[in-house]
Amino acid sequence: MRLKSTLENYVFVLPAVTIFVIFYVIPFIWVFQLGLFDWDGILPTKTFVGLANFWEIFTQDKIWWASMLNVGYITLIALTFQNLLAFLLAWACDREIKMKNFYRVIFFIPPVLSEVVVGLVWQWILDGNYGLLNGWLHQAGLQAWARNWLSDPQTALTTVAVVHCWKGFGWGFLIFLAGLQTIPKELYEAARVDGANAWHSFKHITVPLMIPVVVLVGILTVLGTMQAFVLIIAMTGGGPAYHTQVPVLRILASMRGSSRFGYACAQGITFGVVLILISFIQYRFSKQSRNT
Amino acid sequence: MRHVRFGFVGIFLGALLLAGCQNSTTTTTVKGQKVITVWHWMTDREAAFQQLAKDYEAKTGVKVNFELYAPSDAYSQKVRAAAQGVTLPDVFGILGEKRDFASFIKAGHILDLTPYMEANQGEWKNQLFPKALAISEFAAGNTYGITPGFYGVPIDVMTIQMVYNKDLFKELGLDPNKPPATFAEFIDIGKKIKEKNMQGLVSGWGEVWMIDCLANNFAFNIMGKDKYLATLRGEVPYTDPDWIKVLSLFKEMQDSGVLATGLVTMINKNAEQFFANSRAVFAFNGSWCVNVYKGMNPTLNYAAMLPPRVSDKFPMSVWGGAGSSFMVNARAANKEEAVKFLQWLTDKDQQAYLAQTTNNLPANKDSLKKIPDILAQFSAGMDVATHPNVWGISEFPAVIEALDKGIQSIIIGEKTPEQIASEVQKIKERELAKKRK
Repeated sequence: MRLKSTLENYVFVLPAVTIFVIFYVIPFIWVFQLGLFDWDGILPTKTFVGLANFWEIFTQDKIWWASMLNVGYITLIALTFQNLLAFLLAWACDREIKMKNFYRVIFFIPPVLSEVVVGLVWQWILDGNYGLLNGWLHQAGLQAWARNWLSDPQTALTTVAVVHCWKGFGWGFLIFLAGLQTIPKELYEAARVDGANAWHSFKHITVPLMIPVVVLVGILTVLGTMQAFVLIIAMTGGGPAYHTQVPVLRILASMRGSSRFGYACAQGITFGVVLILISFIQYRFSKQSRNT
Repeated sequence: MRHVRFGFVGIFLGALLLAGCQNSTTTTTVKGQKVITVWHWMTDREAAFQQLAKDYEAKTGVKVNFELYAPSDAYSQKVRAAAQGVTLPDVFGILGEKRDFASFIKAGHILDLTPYMEANQGEWKNQLFPKALAISEFAAGNTYGITPGFYGVPIDVMTIQMVYNKDLFKELGLDPNKPPATFAEFIDIGKKIKEKNMQGLVSGWGEVWMIDCLANNFAFNIMGKDKYLATLRGEVPYTDPDWIKVLSLFKEMQDSGVLATGLVTMINKNAEQFFANSRAVFAFNGSWCVNVYKGMNPTLNYAAMLPPRVSDKFPMSVWGGAGSSFMVNARAANKEEAVKFLQWLTDKDQQAYLAQTTNNLPANKDSLKKIPDILAQFSAGMDVATHPNVWGISEFPAVIEALDKGIQSIIIGEKTPEQIASEVQKIKERELAKKRK
């Protein structure tokens, strides 16, 4: 009877396990396995090279690590500028302001737009010759500031990062707003009765109670930004030179440009490990802050 | 009991899922009618292809399904995935380098069309431009180890050249019928462009392969084909003075003002828009641009020209040959029908129809009579056309990337030609060492 019940339970979870194994476990094993081969993605034969692909990534592929630094920089800007903007806007919309529902919709428009469309529109805005931004700068008498935002190596990466933030802040805004709405209003009322002003309420009620949400948004921002590439392809194609290259673009370049599927898989595994490590560190950090 | 029922439903769904994952094959007959499936990426030719499919069905009773997958990157991925899953259609095209093409042949995906080409004293082969056909040909002794023969059929021809805006030439005080023939003349025009605060050359140099193309043109002109191919074989280093001269040309162009600003991250679609809207004096583009410019600005007053020559020692070459080619799936049940369809598609009348409706150069020599003047100018470039696919040897992709990205670095003033030459050579030596292992 007990055996029958156990079997029943297993049968019940079998579909979910089957789907998980087919779409997650098996591809992961295959990707790792392919990372040990030299394969062009077409030929039926593959050459076993052991850990040579991984060795090349760690010892010779400087562009790969430069692309990691680039994405790290974009992530840093997203973590600070994007999330601060999202938090402030959410905080403003949580208060009794006019047309707050309108703002909520407006702020959530950029994330639902296609990344390619956003990239191309921003490319036009930022164009060095006929772009709107440079046009406005000229009209405002600030022509000295006008430049080729996406072709100038000094500004390309930061410009891409800012557009990425514009595209992504809506998600953080939504989560922060949901978090702010879960804070009981009674706490603010009690603080006000005790003589706390708006700044004290913000500092001693809003901020501490929002820490778990901030950590969650932080994790999502890091994972989302580290994997960004569509917007970058649309805006700069990874250029000028290697200035806006990011890891996913390098993986695509290995697969499509060089037909090195095995190497691309090794890059994918390496990148995956980095992402898991970052997520783990953030998880530990979030656990610690919750305990505090 | 209810749980068990749920479990069985789950197993059924799982089985259904697995069944959906198994190899599918292209439908070869529908109610006794033969069906040929063709995969392509040519958005601009879709309507013309559909019309030709209707005509072919009316003529032969064979249905042709043209299936469009765009953009070309997505198409390329689909073909690779289908090759891995052995689910390629009857007819398809390969976007990539000769090395990739060879891998498809080695994997048994592509039918050798040589017997069909050579039949009746080479009747089919003789209709087509030899340079277009050469793109899909593997010559004797090729380095890829492929049995010599023809493995694809060109359906149109292209050359990549320069175009210039005649109206802007007039504004610059230049003769609109006398484009710059030499690099020095080109640089002089660049200075005039800079003085008038206009934009010079636009091109899709954000998609780096077009930089590669122009660099190759200059290299052929400066050092000749033999020395160029010797570089690919690793016998001449990229630090050779001729290569440094090639790289220096890009610095010279940038310094003179002949390159449009923002060129290094410009995608070709944007470059085409700039040129079509008369916002740039020159463009470096393929003959497909005729159709694109016509769509964007039918009154655009422009002409084609060869890239300006740097040296008189060797002729200037441009990339050209087959614009698009189709291959027949060697495993297709309808491969004989597929070959017959391609023979019909590349016949004079169908090629003339394609050329007139899509403004692409026809692959059939007899269809050239009724093409517009601007296309005729591009077709003249076929006399000096070459293509990486006919060289019999390919450069390492890592080296190509380093060279192209390096030229971007030169244009943005980040590195010198000497630095780039040295960096490219180091990568070349690394790749050669890897190959030797």
